[in-house]
Amino acid sequence: MIGHWIVVPVVLPAVLAAVLTLAMRHHIGLQRVFSVAGSVALLAVALGLLGHAGTGAIEVYELGNWPAPFGIVLVLDRLSAVMVVLTAALALIVLLYAIGTGWDARGRNFHPLWQFQLMGICGAFLTGDAFNLFVFFEVLLIASYGLMIHAGGARRLKAGVQYVIYNLLGSTLFLFALGTLYAVTGTLNMADLALRAAEIPAGDSALLRVGAMLLFLVFAIKAALLPLHFWLPNTYAEAPAPVAALFAIMTKVGAYAILRFYTLVFGPDLGVTAALIDRILIYGAILTLVVGMIGVLGARRLGRLAAFAAIGSMGTLLVAIAGFTEASTAAAVYYTLHSTLAGALLFLVVDLVRERRGATAGALVPGPRLAQHGMITALWFGTAIAIAGMPPLSGFLGKLLILDATRHMEAVWLIWAAILATSLVAILGLAQAGSVVFWKTTDSADSAGTPPAPQPALPLVACFTLLGGIVALAVFAGPVMRYLEAMAAQLHAPAAYIAAVLGQG
Amino acid sequence: MELLMASAIGLMTAAGLYLVLRLRTFPVILGLSLLTYAVNLFLFASGRLAVNMPPVLRKGVETYSDPLPQALVLTAIVISFGMTAVVVMMALGAYLTARNDDVTLPPEDDATREGEA
Repeated sequence: MIGHWIVVPVVLPAVLAAVLTLAMRHHIGLQRVFSVAGSVALLAVALGLLGHAGTGAIEVYELGNWPAPFGIVLVLDRLSAVMVVLTAALALIVLLYAIGTGWDARGRNFHPLWQFQLMGICGAFLTGDAFNLFVFFEVLLIASYGLMIHAGGARRLKAGVQYVIYNLLGSTLFLFALGTLYAVTGTLNMADLALRAAEIPAGDSALLRVGAMLLFLVFAIKAALLPLHFWLPNTYAEAPAPVAALFAIMTKVGAYAILRFYTLVFGPDLGVTAALIDRILIYGAILTLVVGMIGVLGARRLGRLAAFAAIGSMGTLLVAIAGFTEASTAAAVYYTLHSTLAGALLFLVVDLVRERRGATAGALVPGPRLAQHGMITALWFGTAIAIAGMPPLSGFLGKLLILDATRHMEAVWLIWAAILATSLVAILGLAQAGSVVFWKTTDSADSAGTPPAPQPALPLVACFTLLGGIVALAVFAGPVMRYLEAMAAQLHAPAAYIAAVLGQG
Repeated sequence: MELLMASAIGLMTAAGLYLVLRLRTFPVILGLSLLTYAVNLFLFASGRLAVNMPPVLRKGVETYSDPLPQALVLTAIVISFGMTAVVVMMALGAYLTARNDDVTLPPEDDATREGEA
């Protein structure tokens, strides 16, 4: 019996954030202890939920004991469990980095905002109600606004204002979409929506199609699908590094929502909305991939390079999602796991470099030799391999799975050409940046003579843990893929989900 | 009534979008507020327009107004109010640190924080 455990990933960060704000707002040491302890507990609970979901059970938690579709439900299935685990693991590692580098002490309220962010992300993955999804989107966004401008600075504040404006527009669009769907179907529970949408006659489906399309636009904004990606480069490049690393999961929330809605509610079997988004998604995703990787090649600063790498990885991911087959869904989620860890790692490594280069910071021009030069160079090398998708790391396996899964799609040659060519472009871009930063150092005599200042070990530990996660994802690809294939089968047979949510009726 | 509702929503959305596309933060925030007003009215309308009808089940009453959109609107109002407050504070902060209220970022090379070599 799983009882109340499903709601813990939402309640635990929420309570912890309130305690952190109210009881220890001036005590950074205590905040750190509690924040890390909370993240460890969150990871443990998430792993427990994953173990339970792995049996194939779909668990429903009715908030306030109101039966669906009248009350709000949280639903745990294989997909939401794996996303919550990914969130918790990423958050814990990046939190250690933030503490190790002292980023969390450069402004106030880092830890409470961090916990609220986790609450929003976990809630978005677990909820089974469309309006509740909107609310959790707002929770994670409002926390991200605070985190985005953490530590201040004129450019960061400007980029933050842009980010807020863009996302407020997205939220407005979300409400319009929900209003349209409610007007047509009279429900906002996702399982109930699926049933009602199937009952609508083809002649009356215009509003439903409008609603489905608006909803897709909202999620595409979150997932940074071209041409709706404009919020991402400035935001990710200007955000504090640990925050940017956590944001690596935020674009995945958009991808998750697309996957959830267009398999459950507007699935391939639903006549009126079938083939509504497939084509847009495929060509948009290919464009995202190409522009992202060209951005990597053309970036003149490390921060923007990492931001465009994030866009490119979203392109690869969305190409796989656009397949809407079991094989492509499993490949997409595998690539999600990989690209979240790799994207976060890239932001952290970029930050390590920036902090060590003094005035040169993130500009791609020859700079001084770094403290711990060899170690950082090795980290960059590993990260670049992961981002570009070269063997032996999991990026290679992910891309291979995606190539294999898209074999039967009509745009297969375009997809293959785009993925393979952009991998080469990404290698070029990352190699170029790496050789400028690590090889063309301007060593002066005085800097060689003085012994380097001791550096804290925790940030490096966090980075190598992320890299270890990527290696583990490659080593244990067999068991992971077995789980993900079962997950994809579950996702593409939504009848079980609907029956679990709406009871036996 | 339908015409009034629809044109109100349409006009506010159009005006809001126009203001959001300006380059100064103050008109942009005004535009966002107009957009949230429009979306609140739209949510109301999604439960069908009904005047002077009770939202709660009662004996002897045959027609009702839908209570759910009213609850949704309440949530949307609270959230948009909070968001507007946040964006006002951030825009003020950006204005005070950068000494101008342009929405756009200055070109990268002028950045003092990163420090061009």
